[in-house]
This record gives sequence, structure tokens and C-alpha cells, in this order.
Amino acid sequence: MYEQIGRNKRRTFALLFFFVVLVAAVVVALDFVVGFSTFIVPVAILLAIAMAWGSYFYSDRIALAASRAKPADGPEYRRYHNLVEGLCIAAGLPKPRLYVVDDPAPNAFATGRNPKHAALAVTTGLLETMNRVELEGVIAHELAHIKNYDILVGTIAVTAVGTVALIADIGLRFMWFGGGGRSRRDSNAGPLGLVIVIVALALLVLAPFVAQLMQFAMSRKRELLADASGVHLTRYPPGLISALEKLRADQAVVRYANRATAQLWIESPLDRDREHKHTWLNRAFNTHPPLEERIRILKEM
Amino acid sequence: MIVAIVVGVVVLLLVIGVILMYNGLVRFRNRIDNAWSQIDVQLKRRYDLIPNLVETVKGYAAHERSTFEMVTQARANAINAQGPHEQAQAENVLSGALKSLFAVAEAYPDLKANQNFLNLQEELTSTEDRIAYARQFYNDSVLSYNNRIQTFPRSMIAGTFNFEKREYFEGDPEATGPVKVEF
Repeated sequence: MYEQIGRNKRRTFALLFFFVVLVAAVVVALDFVVGFSTFIVPVAILLAIAMAWGSYFYSDRIALAASRAKPADGPEYRRYHNLVEGLCIAAGLPKPRLYVVDDPAPNAFATGRNPKHAALAVTTGLLETMNRVELEGVIAHELAHIKNYDILVGTIAVTAVGTVALIADIGLRFMWFGGGGRSRRDSNAGPLGLVIVIVALALLVLAPFVAQLMQFAMSRKRELLADASGVHLTRYPPGLISALEKLRADQAVVRYANRATAQLWIESPLDRDREHKHTWLNRAFNTHPPLEERIRILKEM
Repeated sequence: MIVAIVVGVVVLLLVIGVILMYNGLVRFRNRIDNAWSQIDVQLKRRYDLIPNLVETVKGYAAHERSTFEMVTQARANAINAQGPHEQAQAENVLSGALKSLFAVAEAYPDLKANQNFLNLQEELTSTEDRIAYARQFYNDSVLSYNNRIQTFPRSMIAGTFNFEKREYFEGDPEATGPVKVEF
């Protein structure tokens, strides 16, 4: 369990490092292709930050509104409140605001930019299908997302993806319209210069996809981390295992879910037909590792 | 001159480092104390729930007097217990008494359908959970504190300013686990 937590944290750092490398590579490529980057790069970074961090600051409100969550008031949610309060004591977290999504598909998500502004939502389907220990396992997983600042990590990933996409986009447009290729390096270089420009072009075209893939990879690592640190709270892996097995058996899909909030849910709220075809390509575009793999890892703890 | 500046900067950095580490250790020590009081809060919550529970069960099963007395007595003993060891034992007895109270309730279908009883049962179950979680948080806090004061370089600060190693809460496994309430 402790090794799992440590390993997933290291992998997140490695991915963040690769993001920085990728952004740097794209900047260099841009410089080769267009011949100037001093103006584009700061603009791209600022734009990406503005877009991603606006959603970061209002992440809780946006996510809750998008999934049509209502506050979990009323006596029927007593158990839900009690379980969250207990686990918050174990985690040393303040109690998040609790919401319910009226949807028969069992699922749950956590949001909010830090533990003080955190909110947790479960579907009515989850409350109905899960018994006490299973519900506890799911809630612990979500609290782990809050404790690990996964909203922040996700926002950083989105910012990086946005930056890369913007730089690549601007660079290719300049190439196209602004008499592309005739940069200062190009004019005085031989065949080697041409090769460099082609490589740089290829990098600009491919970088946005690579960045996306890395974002998904990061999201999957954070899911495994949340599984491990959730179990660290309950000290009872069978609870989460049996909850995940129930989720696997249930094929329903959450109605008001979209790509943007997908990485916050305990399992992918989107169409999961794809997840059952285990080609690496399908896998690479998933925000969550396959349930079978998560169950297997939990069983080894 | 340059040597003096370098020495001055190094000393300043060292002093700042010591202050930061000292404050960090104080924060971790306070967290342990807070975690300990959390356990008390949850134990008290359990004591407060028990009279209500006894009253509710009495309404349906008035002649099970010996069980009520056992629970009430165990509760009083737990409240008055002195020291962690005696406390753990008294809590253990109380948990056992509650078990037999719920076993009694099993024989009364009307009671089992009573909304108030069901609410109390849910509250009691989650309070048992919280006691366990509060103890777990206490132990986690002790672990991170002990790790800090025993690893270099904080071990030097801890030695100088007398930060002492804290003990884990090691209750009877029976007493730390939640009371199993099956219906």
C-alpha cells in the first residue's frame, strides 16, 4: 500500500517533467520552423493558463452544475454523511460539501480546488447498489482525490496540453500564411537545415496528440493513487474491491457526464464499451485504468 | 570581507532552517494532541447515544431489565475509567454490553421497524467507525511525528529541544474494532 502510493506519486512527477520537456521541444521546433518564438510562446502560455485556471478556480461549481448535482440534505442521506464524517476524521480533512446526482448509474466524483473548497457527489444509483463497506471504499477513493490535490494536478495537465496545442497551432498557421519555411535558419542552411525543419514540423504536428496521451496517462496514475490512498484510509481493500466489481457488472452510463469531468469520477462515466477491448490504443485514450487491473492491484495489497 | 559575508549568509540560512524545522515539529506534535482529543470527542458521543438507545428499547422490551442495567453500568464505568489501559478495558466491556442489547432487540420485530431505533442504530454504528478512525488518525499522526524526530536532520533539533517519541494507541483488538451489529 505504501509502496503503491509512493510509486504513483513518482510517476506523476515523471509525467510533469515530460510535459515540461515537451513544451520546451515544441518551443524549439517553433523557432526552427517560423524563426521567431519570443512573442508567440508567452502569449500561448498565458492563454492556456487563463483557460485552464479559470476552470480550476470554479471547478467545484462547474462540475456540480454540469452533472446536475443537488445538495444531499434530508434524513435519507444520514448514512452518506456519517461515512464521510468518519473517513474525514481518518484523513484529517475538513468535511466536504455533499451532493447527490439523481442517476441510476452507480458512480461518484470529487471536485474543488483544495480540501477547504471540496465537494463530493454520488449518484442515487451508488447509494442504492452499494452496502456500507463498499460505499465507504468509494467515498475513501474520492476523499483521496481531494487529499492528493488531483484537481490541481489535472489542471496543470490541462494547462500543459493547452500550451502545447496553442504553440503548435500558431506555428503551423504562421507557416501556412506567413510564407512558411523561410526562416532565418532555413535561408542559410543546406540539406541538414531542411531535415531539421522537417523534424521540427513533424514535432509540431504530433505534439498535441502526445500531450493528450500524457494527460490521460497522468489521469490513470492518479486513479491508481486514489485507490491506494483510499484503502490507506479504510484499511480494508475488500470494500473497494467489491465496489469496483459491482461497478464492472453495471453497464449503465451517467447521463450528464462529459469528457471534461470524466477524470474526476471513480470510474469512467462515459461509454465503456471501448474499455472492454484491451488494445493499447483504446487504453491510451482512457482516463481510467481498466477495472480488472485496479481490482488486481488492490487484491495484491 | 567576502569571507565574512559568506559566513554570515550561511549562519543566517542555518538559523532560518532551524526555526522552520522547529515550527514544523511543534505543528506535528500539536496534531497528535488534537488527534487524541478527537478520540475523546467520539467516545463521548457514544456515551450520549446510549441512554437514548436504552430508553427506546425499553419501550418495547421493558422486562429485559438485566440487559439495560448491564449497559448502563458499563457506560458509567467507561466514563469514570482512569488511564488508557483501564479505559480500553471499560470500552471493551461496554461494546460487549451493547452487543447483547442489540441481540435482545433482535427478538422484537416492532422495535426493529421503529424509525427512531433504526436511526440510533445507524448513529451508533457510525460512531463506532469514527472511534476507530480517530484512533487510526492518532496513530498515523504519531507515525509521521516519530519519523520526523528520528530522521536526520530533524533528529538534532528534536534532541536539542526535547521532542519526545510518542506512543501508539494499541487497544485490545476487540475494543478497537467496531461492534458488529447485524440485522
